Amino acid sequence: MIADLAQGWPILSVVTFLPLVGALLILLTRGEGEATERSIRSIALITTIVTFLVSLILWAGFREGTAEFQFVEKHAWIGETITYHMGVDGISILFIILTTFLMPLCILASDVIHTRVREYMVAFLVLETLMLGVFCALDLVLFYLFFEAGLIPMFLIIGIWGGPRRIYATFKFFLYTLLGSLLMLLAIIAIYLTAGTTDVVELMQFDFPVGMQYWLWLAFFASFAVKVPMWPVHTWLPDAHVEAPTAGSVILAGVMLKMGGYGFIRFSLPLFPDASLYFAPLMFGLSVVAIIYTSLVALVQEDMKKLIAYSSIAHMGFITMGIFTFTEQGLQGAVIQMISHGVVSGALFLCVGVVYDRLHTREIARYGGLVSRMPVYAFVFMLFTMATVGLPGTSGFVGEFLILTGTFKASTLTAFLAATGLILGAAYSLSLYRRVIFGELVHADLKDMKDLNWREIGTFLPLMLTALWIGIYPTYFTTATDASVQNLITQFRAKIAANAAPAAPADAAPEAGQGTGN
Amino acid sequence: MIAAIVFLPLLGAVIAGFFGRLIGARGAQLVTSVLLVVAAVLSWIVFLGVADHEGGVQKLHLMTWILSGALEVDWALRVDTLTAVMLVVVNSVSALVHIYSVGYMAEDPHIPRFHAYLSLFTFAMLMLVTADNFVQVFFGWEGVGLASYLLIGFWYKKPSANAAAIKAFVVNRVGDFGFALGIFAIFLVFNNLSFDAVFAAAGSEAGKTFNFLGYDVDILTTICLLLFVGCMGKSAQLGLHTWLPDAMEGPTPVSALIHAATMVTAGVFLVARCSPLFEHAPFALEVVTVVGATTAFFAATVGLVQNDIKRVIAYSTCSQLGYMFFAAGVGAYEASVFHLFTHAFFKALLFLGAGSVIHAMHHEQDMRHMGGTWKYIKLTYAMMWIGNLALAGVPPFAGFFSKDMILEVAYAAHTGVGNYAFTLGIIAAGFTAFYSWRLLFMTFHGEKRWGGHGHGDHGHDDHGHGHTPHESPWVMTIPLLALAVGAMFAGYVFFDDFVGEGREAFWGGAIFVSEANKVIEHAHHVPEWVKLLPLVVTALGIFVAWVFYIARPRWPAALAATHREAYAFLLNKWYFDELYNLVFVGGARALGRLFWKGGDGLIIDGLGPNGISARVLDVARRAVRLQSGFVYHYAFAMLIGVAVLVSWYVYKMGVTP
Repeated sequence: MIADLAQGWPILSVVTFLPLVGALLILLTRGEGEATERSIRSIALITTIVTFLVSLILWAGFREGTAEFQFVEKHAWIGETITYHMGVDGISILFIILTTFLMPLCILASDVIHTRVREYMVAFLVLETLMLGVFCALDLVLFYLFFEAGLIPMFLIIGIWGGPRRIYATFKFFLYTLLGSLLMLLAIIAIYLTAGTTDVVELMQFDFPVGMQYWLWLAFFASFAVKVPMWPVHTWLPDAHVEAPTAGSVILAGVMLKMGGYGFIRFSLPLFPDASLYFAPLMFGLSVVAIIYTSLVALVQEDMKKLIAYSSIAHMGFITMGIFTFTEQGLQGAVIQMISHGVVSGALFLCVGVVYDRLHTREIARYGGLVSRMPVYAFVFMLFTMATVGLPGTSGFVGEFLILTGTFKASTLTAFLAATGLILGAAYSLSLYRRVIFGELVHADLKDMKDLNWREIGTFLPLMLTALWIGIYPTYFTTATDASVQNLITQFRAKIAANAAPAAPADAAPEAGQGTGN
Repeated sequence: MIAAIVFLPLLGAVIAGFFGRLIGARGAQLVTSVLLVVAAVLSWIVFLGVADHEGGVQKLHLMTWILSGALEVDWALRVDTLTAVMLVVVNSVSALVHIYSVGYMAEDPHIPRFHAYLSLFTFAMLMLVTADNFVQVFFGWEGVGLASYLLIGFWYKKPSANAAAIKAFVVNRVGDFGFALGIFAIFLVFNNLSFDAVFAAAGSEAGKTFNFLGYDVDILTTICLLLFVGCMGKSAQLGLHTWLPDAMEGPTPVSALIHAATMVTAGVFLVARCSPLFEHAPFALEVVTVVGATTAFFAATVGLVQNDIKRVIAYSTCSQLGYMFFAAGVGAYEASVFHLFTHAFFKALLFLGAGSVIHAMHHEQDMRHMGGTWKYIKLTYAMMWIGNLALAGVPPFAGFFSKDMILEVAYAAHTGVGNYAFTLGIIAAGFTAFYSWRLLFMTFHGEKRWGGHGHGDHGHDDHGHGHTPHESPWVMTIPLLALAVGAMFAGYVFFDDFVGEGREAFWGGAIFVSEANKVIEHAHHVPEWVKLLPLVVTALGIFVAWVFYIARPRWPAALAATHREAYAFLLNKWYFDELYNLVFVGGARALGRLFWKGGDGLIIDGLGPNGISARVLDVARRAVRLQSGFVYHYAFAMLIGVAVLVSWYVYKMGVTP
């Protein structure tokens, strides 16, 4: 019944642009002071909640068991070939839900922001629209616009509401992403010139010459690798996280990093299968380095947020590794791990935010013994620590387990090296927990720390339930992605097989594509 | 019923954990203990039923867990004889420990939390033993690791307890790393992770090879060795044992339940459960034998000189687990599980007895500050005697039946590793007797080294040593008595079922033994001297202990002084901790720092963004307010990009009408 509600109207566009409507409403408010601020917050919260509810209708209406794109909207946009083409499949739907799910929690966690609240909320709502657009877009140009424009509000969020070194952090962020995005833009132009279309669905049927695939793949890689981030282009992330306000960190870790992994799955694999296969060893190498290297770095951090940021890079290393196994377990694991990481790392940044709001420092050594004053907080933090460690029964386990199972099929050595991340992950996570939560409460100012209030509990509760839900019954999520992932692998193998066969038919395809050129 | 057995403890954990403040300490104790007692009674019913029905497997499918392509894993409860044995062990000891803790933890401010953790542990352990596939075992495996971590670090204000908790978790993770790789390998080879499917196909994979880390290796040997790495971590075998002695930082009931009777035996359980795999992997079995025998010997030597009463028993546990492993290694899984079963009773008894001593001595654990206490705590004293007699394998106590069986199978194996295990096992049996009676004599006999004298330099607080030792309340002594019954009779009563004539009917296929493997049969027909030798060395061990600590109490110190290096080597546990700290802990931190400051800071940032941004920042600072400035640049760059694309498009349109 609810499922039927999703049909007959452009639900994807509505979900995507609803936050923008909220942003406009906020811009219409006038005046300063407590009351206005409160109403701005309410508008933002209600907007994000309504968006979430609408996305749930979307989810209810989503048909499992088919790899086709659903809720497709296609309108002419720039000329005839570049279209406003939106649609979701089993892979993107989960990211949409993740985004709409995290947003209200971010708004709730932003109660501590008191400067330029109007601009802050507008930035977040615009950001939500852009992020949702990334996951819905089925035209490369449209995707590119959402993908790149999404960075602007994030720059602003870090640059205006961030910590003392926010300018440096934003700048670093900017420099890295700029390079990647320019290369991707060039690649999109090249794709358009070769295939005559930027429509993703059409491109999936198109065979790029193998030689060209390498260059295109590398150009997309430049952009996605920065976004993930992969080693060695990861150093912007710790700085960005440290300086970002709590909600900014949540969105950054929770959704924006996933845009890179999503990009690999949505574009690199289906469009450039031969190049993906060719570069898989590179991806394995970089992922394994990321897992071990950043885990070791996390071990010696003195700043809570930096530690979690480095651990994020390690976790994302699992994801890039899983994607390039081209196995069902690896890819589904990567998707689950992205969703799980979105929830868990988001929650961990919220955990840091809780104590940061009270003591205004992220230095680990300034804490210790919090469990005596904040037992509820200690419990919440423990649960997410275990999820990040990958304890079975939590979401972190399912993703890592599937990824490693898939990786073991592709390369036992890669799986072996990556699995050392399980040990290192336990070491840094537990030592963080110990230094913050356990021990004697020695610092005098900690004695007045208040335990979680109801607003905070309300923020954490949905995240905890989700982490456990994915951990105990991940099948609910894997069935949603199943058909799409299977189709992706089938197509991928077919293309590889076709290109491995005598060159004649493979050469014919691009000619046909260029010939029409409309 | 099986669902009740598994989930009642979870229910107790949830109630005590989340509503502890509501129902109070008394309520939490009552709820968790009653639920555990119910679970224990049900377990015995299941056990007796299974033993009667000549085995057979019952399964209860709960729901699908992970589903991804061919990978299909369920939440399910499986009961066969092996599971039933474990259910009885886990729930009986757990129920008694719950009750005992009511007395032992009476003065603790966090009683509901403690009982919640105990019940949570029990639940995880039950999930482990009732698992129907490798992943659910792994769930329980890591779940008990979590509970162990929480309980070791229960007194969270003590830095040593926190360090021990993390150490336990991380060292176990090293083992789990192997276990996890084993699971991946199983899925790669069998395309399935459920026990039935894997075990049924195991025979057809015997002798085949696959590529692992670039080498062509035997499939089943590799899988078994990887699984065994997990077992070594959980069961504290040599190399991965370092966490177990430190785990004694946890409250004593925890040591009894987790670090003696149940969790540490999970490795033994897993080897027995995977007997269909191990039986086809003879080299892996040899490794198991050697590691087990070496651990049995190593831990016994270290146990000789420890002064902390709990650490002595901890090393004893480590050593006994070694016995269980080498029994499994020579193919006598039944004997291995039999020792697991009897050991649970007498080792829990010893730990809880030690707890009673510690309670009586007002939290003194150093045996050098005890002595002459038997008059004050006679019941505890008697219980410790029973525990010791069972541990040392004196007939007719429980350990006699299981431990002698193990030594006999090692002898009867007639293999190189079997003889190795037999020799070390015999020596370790002598050491076991020595350290057990050393513990007994130092704690209960000799001069009083507590109370007034010799403690001025310790600066103890008010609940120090001024008081006379007092016997524990009945809530603590009743569990002791119950366990003592087990320590006395568990061996005699169940000998026939576990390893005697009735074993095939009893196990009913829960343990797979290949046609050629007749080691248990042979063990019943070893020469007389093999049966007598353990008794002789045990008597010798007791006699030497008597000489050293009763007759000639000056000798130990003199011996330690003349053989200083050897003494220090043993006292420092063969320097494993020092080595590991230096290599792994130090190494990881040094590398971490190098990568952070050198890799990220100097190289990546230095060559990349900082180099560039330093230049740009200089210029930009003068020009505009940055936070808006470069964002516009960015937007601008992007717009140019889109403009370029659109121009191309228009251009194309222009030339191709």
